[in-house]
Parts: sequence; C-alpha cells; structure tokens
Amino acid sequence: MAKEKESKKFTTISIPTPLAEKIKKRIKGTGFTSLSSYVTYVLREVISGMEQEEEEVFSKEDEKRVKDRLRALGYID
Amino acid sequence: MSKPHGGKLINRIMNKDLLNTQDLTEFEINTNLAEDVLNIANGVFSPLEGFLCEDDLDNVIKDKRLCDDTPWTIPILLDLDKNNLKEGDSVVLVNKDAGVKALLEIEDIFTYDKKVIAKEIYRTTENSHPGVANTYNMKENFVGGKISLLESKKRKFDEYNLTPKETRVLFKEKGWREIVAFQTRNPPHIGHEYVQKTALTFVDGLFINPIIGKKKSGDFKDEVILKSYDTLMKHYYLKDRAVMSILRTSMKYAGPREAIHHAIMRKNFGCTHFIVGRDHAGVGNYYGPYDAHEIFSDFPDLHIVPIFFRSFSRCSKCGSVVNDKICPHDQEFHINFSGKKIREILNNGEIPPEDMMRKEVSESILEFDNPFVK
Repeated sequence: MAKEKESKKFTTISIPTPLAEKIKKRIKGTGFTSLSSYVTYVLREVISGMEQEEEEVFSKEDEKRVKDRLRALGYID
Repeated sequence: MSKPHGGKLINRIMNKDLLNTQDLTEFEINTNLAEDVLNIANGVFSPLEGFLCEDDLDNVIKDKRLCDDTPWTIPILLDLDKNNLKEGDSVVLVNKDAGVKALLEIEDIFTYDKKVIAKEIYRTTENSHPGVANTYNMKENFVGGKISLLESKKRKFDEYNLTPKETRVLFKEKGWREIVAFQTRNPPHIGHEYVQKTALTFVDGLFINPIIGKKKSGDFKDEVILKSYDTLMKHYYLKDRAVMSILRTSMKYAGPREAIHHAIMRKNFGCTHFIVGRDHAGVGNYYGPYDAHEIFSDFPDLHIVPIFFRSFSRCSKCGSVVNDKICPHDQEFHINFSGKKIREILNNGEIPPEDMMRKEVSESILEFDNPFVK
C-alpha cells in the first residue's frame, strides 16, 4: 500500500541521452545524489519563478481601513 | 515585495452573522491552537486554509512539501477527541484567552505515528526535546480541514500586531521594495543591532518581528522585549527604515525545518529577505550550528532570500563588532555577546557594558520591577 502511494508521487520523463550524460558529469561531487534530484531542483526553480500571483483581494475600502489603522498606530504619517 | 507563499494571501475570516452555529458542537482548543487558527485566517500560514490532512502531513514529513509541491516544513495539526465526529461534519473551535471562535469543516480524521513525526521533524524521539514532548502530549486523533474565523477579541499588544495584509500596505506606503525580516525572542544587544543594520544596508527596510507568547522561566517578558526595541528604534534607527510588529506563534524548536517555516511566514508578510543566525530555532544539541543555513539549498522555489550570519563578537583590536569572515584577530581580542551574561547583569539590577547593550536599552529593561518570566 505504502509502495503504491509512493509510486504515484513520481513520474518518468524523457530527456536526450547526451544531456543526461552532461548532467551526470556536472553533478559529480555536488550535493545532488541523482539525475532526477538535479532535474527536480532545476524545474522547481524555473517553474516557481514563472508562477503568477493570484489577483489581490484588497478592495479600496479594505485598503483605506488598513491605512487608517496604520496611521492610528503611528506606523505611517 | 514578495508574493505570498503559494501565490495567494489566504483570508479565512467570515462574517459570523452569515452562519448559524447554534446546532454545532463546540470544542475548546488551547491558546497555541487558537494562534494557529488566527495565523491561518489572517494569511500568515498561506497557502494553508486549515489544519493539515493526512496526505499533506505525510508529504510534509517525508518531502518537506505539501501535496501540491509547495515548500512546507512544519506540520500544522489539530488534535481533538474524536467523540462521534466524522468526515463531512462541521464543528466550532473556541478559545477564551484569544476570544477565538472558528468553524472547522472536517475533511479527514486520522492517526499518525508520533514517533515518526518526532524523528522527522525534530530529528530525535527524546522526550526532553520540547517539540517532541508537545507532540507526544497531543491527543491520538488528528483532524484536518479548512477553518473560517468567526470571532476574535482585542488582546494585549494588539497595537503591535499587524496582519500580512497590513504589513503589505505598510511596506507599499513606505515605498519599500526589498524588506529584510529579523526574528527575535530577546531584547536587542549590540550584536543584534549589527546584524540588523548590516542586512538593512542592502535593502530598503527592516521588519523586526518578535515572537510573542508562551515563554519559559527566565526568559524576558514580552512587554520587556517590546519596550527595549521601541527604545532602540527611537534612538538608533531611522523611522522610515525600520518597523516592528509582533508574531503570535509558538516556538517549536525544530531548528532547520523551523527556519524554513519562519522564512515562509515572513514572506507572507511581504518580506524579500530573512536573517538566519547560528542555530536558528535550535535547542540543546539536537542540531548542528549551521543546519538551519544548509537546509535552504533544498528549496530553490522558496523565493525569500536567506541572509546567513555566523557567530559575531566584539573585537577589541578592530574596535567594532565582527564576524569570522571579516576579522583576522585571535580569540583573545574577542568578547562574545552572551545573552546569559547580559541576563545575569540585568538580574542584579546593573547596566551591562555599553559595548554589549545600548545604555538606553538597558535602562528601559531595568524600569521593570521584574523583567523576567518566573
């Protein structure tokens, strides 16, 4: 059961063999223990940088209320 | 300013008039859990919308990530007596101290091996670790599901308490694009000031964010920490470059994992940088002194920049505060900023040397009859 759960967490992707060989050479002596861990790291970095912030939920009234409080507490003039 | 963690600032505050909770069962929760409810509702724990279900807990324990791959290192768990509860039920969580009343929509009721939690989160199963002891003291059943905050009351230090929504407006008003957060549990000595000002030099603003709440005997009282920082900021910081707001949450002493958690919370406040010191969130000898630095390399997708500080001291030869990267002189010239020593001096009603703590800060502490928790 646990094994089945674990296997669902990973998927296989194909990359060109020469690239895989290049990566294997590159990660020798680094903290990366496998080709997969390196590719996961790079993809996480790339994808997270591309993610857009969802639309802010502040209304004008909301922002005014917040500013009034910040002013009352002395955070802004 | 940083985007909220997970891309959206969570707001789980509901107008209580829209919901009739009369027929729902109420559960009294402790103040730590009530703080978790407030932190979920106000977006401090974004993207969490409630307490973790088993799948997410499992992922957090094994991969330090939620099921959707978002970095998350500390389990936010609700332990409840199961009674006749079942998945799909809604119940009300209440806490008198924080005046909290919240709706919980139960998605999952489960048990989990507490030894596994202890081992993976705290790296030990020893009961002498405070985080492990708290884990072992939890009830057998965990309940996962979204919460909606219906009520909370005004509390002591509210004038220092800003939500992520408020800090984001504040930073915008101040025109700060890059903000460094400093987490603390103590009044500031000269070493802290050095760290904060060094970091501030490279960004637009400093966000001092003391953790307020349950303390152990011998710790400085919350009001002492706040007064001492007010004093330091008044005399030694530019008003337009530094602000302070409290964070109500309990320390878990989970070392490296908690350093990530602390960074995530500050990211939600809008900070772009986070100061991580030696043995951050550590206790005893459970973690290496720089484990909390190294763990950041596991998270290329965290999007808050850690600023690492190693040990620092005052060098009599340099005539300034130094760290091991910038001072070539022997240990004999170095005086360490010992929190323990400063506490001892203050406990005797004396002012610590000015090269350890600002005189104004020391005096503000000594204005209190007893600055320490008994």
